[in-house]
Amino acid sequence: MAEPRAISGNAAGAPPAAAAPVRLELRGVTKRFGAVLANDAVDLEVRAGEIHALLGENGAGKSTLVRIVYGVLQPDAGEIRFEGQPIVVDSPHTARRLGIGMVFQHFTLFEALSVVENVALGLEGRWTRQELAARIREMGQRYGLPLEPERAVHTLSAGERQRVEIVRALLQDPKLLMLDEPTSVLTPQEIERLFSTLRRLAAEGRSILYISHRLAEVTELCDRATILRGGRVVASCDPRRTGARELARLMVGRELPNPRRSGTPARHAPLLEVDSLSLEPTEAFGTPLRDISFTVGRGEIFGIGGVAGNGQKELFEALAGERTVGDAAICLGERPIGGLGPAARRRLGLCTLPEERLGHAAVGSFSLCENALLTGWQRRALQRCGIIRWRRTRAFARAIIDRFAVRCSGPDAASSSLSGGNLQKFVVGRELLQDPLVLVVAQPTWGVDAAAAAAIHAALLQLADRGTAIVVISQDLDELLAITDRLALLHRGRLSAPLATREADIERIGLLMGGLHDLAEPA
Amino acid sequence: MALGIEPRTEASAFWRFASPVLAVLATMLAGALLFAFLGRDPVVALRAFFVSPLSSVYGLGELGLKATPLVLIAVGLAFGFRAGVWNIGAEGQLTLGAICGGGVALALSGTHAPLALPLVISAGILGGMLWAAIPAFLRARLEVNEILVSLMLSYVALLLLQALVYGPWKDPEGFNFPQSRMFDPAVILEPLWPGTRLHGGAVFALLLVAAAWILDAVGMAAFRLRTLGLAPRAAAYAGFDRRRIVWGTMLASGGLAGLAGVLEVVGPIGQLVPQISPGYGFTAIIVAFLGRLHPLGILLAALLVALSYIGSENAQIEAGLPQAAAGVFQGMLLLFLLAADFFVRYRVRRIDTPRRAREIRPWTP
Repeated sequence: MAEPRAISGNAAGAPPAAAAPVRLELRGVTKRFGAVLANDAVDLEVRAGEIHALLGENGAGKSTLVRIVYGVLQPDAGEIRFEGQPIVVDSPHTARRLGIGMVFQHFTLFEALSVVENVALGLEGRWTRQELAARIREMGQRYGLPLEPERAVHTLSAGERQRVEIVRALLQDPKLLMLDEPTSVLTPQEIERLFSTLRRLAAEGRSILYISHRLAEVTELCDRATILRGGRVVASCDPRRTGARELARLMVGRELPNPRRSGTPARHAPLLEVDSLSLEPTEAFGTPLRDISFTVGRGEIFGIGGVAGNGQKELFEALAGERTVGDAAICLGERPIGGLGPAARRRLGLCTLPEERLGHAAVGSFSLCENALLTGWQRRALQRCGIIRWRRTRAFARAIIDRFAVRCSGPDAASSSLSGGNLQKFVVGRELLQDPLVLVVAQPTWGVDAAAAAAIHAALLQLADRGTAIVVISQDLDELLAITDRLALLHRGRLSAPLATREADIERIGLLMGGLHDLAEPA
Repeated sequence: MALGIEPRTEASAFWRFASPVLAVLATMLAGALLFAFLGRDPVVALRAFFVSPLSSVYGLGELGLKATPLVLIAVGLAFGFRAGVWNIGAEGQLTLGAICGGGVALALSGTHAPLALPLVISAGILGGMLWAAIPAFLRARLEVNEILVSLMLSYVALLLLQALVYGPWKDPEGFNFPQSRMFDPAVILEPLWPGTRLHGGAVFALLLVAAAWILDAVGMAAFRLRTLGLAPRAAAYAGFDRRRIVWGTMLASGGLAGLAGVLEVVGPIGQLVPQISPGYGFTAIIVAFLGRLHPLGILLAALLVALSYIGSENAQIEAGLPQAAAGVFQGMLLLFLLAADFFVRYRVRRIDTPRRAREIRPWTP
């Protein structure tokens, strides 16, 4: 490492001494959205050369806090100091000038442009294309972020796209780099690679603010952790010494029951049979589905894992009937249903729940009542001769709210006023209470807090015990390992052979997620 | 200092209803200033606008007569607008309704056929539906933008009407005026009250408002429309067929526009002339949105807009206002209504330097 240690003196690899200067300091930062206090007098200290975790459940206020530091949001109260100086970050532009870089959870790249064009768009200062391409290669070598500058972004994997984002931030030579849930779209191998990059950056004296809710990562990577719960700092500690269990308790506020399959059910005749399903994408950069086959039996939970953007969206649409396929490609029991639309499939007993809560699974400006009607109108007989039976609909909504402990002001509450976890419990409950023969759910606990996730998992397990065949499409490996009986992985529109979940090991799954079917086969 | 606009977290219920009243008052004030500048007595001019049209049976009848087609068309359009189906060619569908209804009326003249009037009206409705079926087909099958097709077909319909009344349907005894023969009395809608021109279409319009209101409240069909308009993906997920909704809303709004057209020719006009409507089909779009796509709101908005039309004619006659000034006054009314509506839902805030993030004061008009 011939790099001049420009920023601070800190022995490579060693955790920073407490004496290292404080780089970022927040005092009493408060931000309110309407009735919600997203950040309540938050204090935070990030030292030079430190990898600092900002830990918390979804909705704890992590994203709000980093957006304040990056100048996307303005605090209602409180002070921000950077390298000892009080600062006002009125825009991301100012933040970058001060030396604060940010890698967002959702990528902000233009798919049709090349890597170098995307980097140039986010960059200040004048560069020629050749200079920039050379810098990208150089950065890539130095930090283990190999990138081909002329490749179009839509041909890159999620991990490679993230590298583009990181390189773009690094070209500004930041003293503080903030990453928001950077591993949510990565394979285990890619995560390892990211960690070594981040360690190298910290060894140069740069500070890293690492936002996550994944405990294992935080204990592995971070020197210090600040834990947020309900917008407040509940603890600041050394995660390695504190340990994952204690961190989880701090983050959630109580111990969580661990869902476990009670036992693999006996194999029954398949309730859902998918046979050589292929589908062309409708969007320019969509993924075609190629020759997908699997079966799910009575009472079985079948998981479909894989990194986002490998055909999950298309597979869901084909299973739900939003896009129809050849009749025989999908069978419900004995009956071919591939050519039927969503309403006809639901009538036959196939209920589905898409990943996006607002705008797909539910309409934000609808009341809970209306959203109960959205899919419940057939199987719960909520309409007769074209007349909505509002009283039955309200009773149905009320039943979902009570049965799944949805926190809301009642069936007339606007759906967009609910927290993500509560709305998710509501829409999951809506499908569950329709007594489906087969249930297809995508990302059932995406973006919901741990308590709601546990409740949803328990409900799915209970439904399977009553005989429903369940397909869970999820990017959360822990979730699939916890609740499925068998799982298969989706990569570039192809589905791997299914594995029995009990025998699956994380490395093999990682290789399958990356499409390395050959390496993943046991020798 | 800069100004920014942000949505209010909750629109005040009071101002939702008070804002149109405030808008009318503001229009009157600004109008009075305008008229005073023009050297007219503002009181006389405003009375001519708002009071004298309402102070005679004939005036009230005219108000209903003008509001009827606006209500019929706007209620129909509102179905589509709620589903995100933008039929803005109601003027053309109205014209085709008049052509088809008028054609049947001319063909039946002298035959004393029973049920002649229902036949004529049905032909008008079918004509409007036929004209709306073209953009509906193109949208549902080929994803052609219905805004462009329906708008452009309006001009085609107008030219078709003119071709007919200048050509084959011209009254042979009409001194070469471009108009058809007068229809038989058997196919003419008689006025409801002597001394007015208000006909039975107004009663139908009121029934339509009530029916649409009930449909909105409990109809599964209306629920499908709203879902599609608010969240197309949620509608697809629920299994609400978008093509059927496109067809349904286009045919309903086209049929009602056709009805409005045929009622004009069998009602106050009594024959086919080169121009059937003073732009009811386009004005109805404004009416639909002023009424917030709600049937009752549409009824009130139609009455207000009809009043502004009659009032502006009246002000030209009684107060000697130039036509342009009357037009400006009408424009101000719309502007104030839309602005008041905007401020019910949004507020203006000063964007301060973020050094001292201040409490945001709610804006009250």
